[in-house]
Amino acid sequence: MKFSGKIWVLTTPEGRLVDDIDTDMIFHNRYLAETDIGKMGQYALDNLEGWEDFANRTRPGDILIAGKNFGAGSSRQQAVDCFRSLKISLLIAESFGAIYKRNAINSAFPILEAPGIGGAGFQTGDVVDVDSETGAIRSERNVLFQGLSFSKVQVDILSADGLFQYAREMEK
Amino acid sequence: MGHTVIEKIFMNHSSDEVKPGHVIWLDIDTRSARDFGGPNVVKRLESVYGEDVQLADPSRTFFTFDCVVPANNIPYANNQQLCRVFARNKGIKVYDVDSGIGSHVAVEKGLCWPGSIYVGTDSHLNILGAVGCFGQGMGDADIAFAFKTGRTWFEVPETIKVEFMGEAYQYPVTAKDLTLWTLRHLGSRGALGCAIEFTGDMIDSLSMHERITLSSMVTEMGGIIGFIQPSEEILAHFRKVTGNENVSMPLADHDAEYKRVEQIDISDLKPQIACPPKPDNVMDVKEAVGGQGDAVFIGSCTNGRVEDFHAAARIFSRYPVHEGVMVKAVPATKGVFGQLLADGTISTLYNAGVIISNPGCGGCASGQIGMTGKGEVQISTSNRNFRGKQGDGDTYLASPVVAAVCAVTGRITDPVAFLEEEERR
Ligand code: SF4
Repeated sequence: MKFSGKIWVLTTPEGRLVDDIDTDMIFHNRYLAETDIGKMGQYALDNLEGWEDFANRTRPGDILIAGKNFGAGSSRQQAVDCFRSLKISLLIAESFGAIYKRNAINSAFPILEAPGIGGAGFQTGDVVDVDSETGAIRSERNVLFQGLSFSKVQVDILSADGLFQYAREMEK
Repeated sequence: MGHTVIEKIFMNHSSDEVKPGHVIWLDIDTRSARDFGGPNVVKRLESVYGEDVQLADPSRTFFTFDCVVPANNIPYANNQQLCRVFARNKGIKVYDVDSGIGSHVAVEKGLCWPGSIYVGTDSHLNILGAVGCFGQGMGDADIAFAFKTGRTWFEVPETIKVEFMGEAYQYPVTAKDLTLWTLRHLGSRGALGCAIEFTGDMIDSLSMHERITLSSMVTEMGGIIGFIQPSEEILAHFRKVTGNENVSMPLADHDAEYKRVEQIDISDLKPQIACPPKPDNVMDVKEAVGGQGDAVFIGSCTNGRVEDFHAAARIFSRYPVHEGVMVKAVPATKGVFGQLLADGTISTLYNAGVIISNPGCGGCASGQIGMTGKGEVQISTSNRNFRGKQGDGDTYLASPVVAAVCAVTGRITDPVAFLEEEERR
């Protein structure tokens, strides 16, 4: 799969990638009663310092780059669904929390691991091309970084468009 | 290159190439849902497949109710009933509100066994590593999928080998002190995303309840699961309860590749305590003495076995609960409760002034026994002391012996000094 879009690099004011962004910073527990995915986007990252107005600034197709252990904490599915709601096309992180990773893959939301990407020199606003088969991430300014490719399971579930659709295909 | 224990178990349950970092499909032996998460599993299955959904294997699928048992509020009562009706229609066995903590029921009844794979909606199911089973807690979508297909996917983790050095500990030091000591050594991210193999001469001599205590807190070390090679005694138990004479456990190859090897010296192990608000905020009890204790909880999947209550009863048989301290005891399962009744331990606890509840997660999860109020200090034998988990108060984590000594003195007290002083009297 190929992705192309404008990136948001989740950094601190000093420009370092933020690590350990937990599910309360992504989708705070005060919104957990929200079950309509169409309405979840407005709350995305509004509890992460410096990124409170992210939902208003991002556009469909954008790509997000985050630090280590993104999505640590609780198992809430809304922390994935709020990005689907905003039509973020791809989420790249140095690494993901284990449960977050499962939730994203199971709901056919594209995520890509890129350990070490923090030092690569990508900046918010760059447009990048990503090839999920090779893991290559390249910006129009020719910054190049090698992430990890999608796993087979991830491709299976993505192309079936979700875990349960995949189960149907398994039975065929 | 050889393979670690988790790789061997995965190889027996998958046709994909098993290598750390690879995501593979696994065939599951057993899946279960508890009263927390279970209703969502049912709703998801019915919304995706309709009410006549066919499950992969109802005989290897279970409900285990342990969170709020019996239900003390209407939403939980409705949710449990929803699961019961679904189970009845599909021919699934329910371990109902009288049974106790699901993971412990699985061990007692042989729903899991060494070398098997068990997934469910309880995030502490990795406790089954204590008996050599790959147990894993997952979200309701994952478990609904497992009910439907009998399969799940998993990323093969790297393994850390933890080797304990030194002589085995002795009363009043217990497995909980070993566990907190290990957490103190590794920290809350020490095993992040990895499996652990616990090894060393003293590990082989541990009995089942001690192994359960140790493996129950791998979650708090950030790990996926902590395996202990089953002893002959444990293998014999599972051969008996499963009726399968061939139950055995795959061994790690001698040339298996580990992420790293940690050596932990336990020769001078003292009673340990984890101070609020984090499980890895561990120190010698000696360094924490003096603070007042308002409440004590003995139980949970970490310390709810017969032997845990026996250890506490050694104290309660000689000293009553201190005036004004609320002491709550919750056996892990109905089987544990029955044994404690038969051998007189329940009477000992009762006579000392302990409140005794029916088995389950009560006291640990927000069940029926023992939430704490703001400012209330509780000494607990469970596995998490985050604010809110057991109430608004401050929770300290310690062994049943430390908890019992605090219960009779009304303060945080080092059992070693306490027992020495009592000897001298
Ligand atoms: S006792 Fe506590 S940690 Fe253990 S399974 Fe029950 S709720 Fe979870």
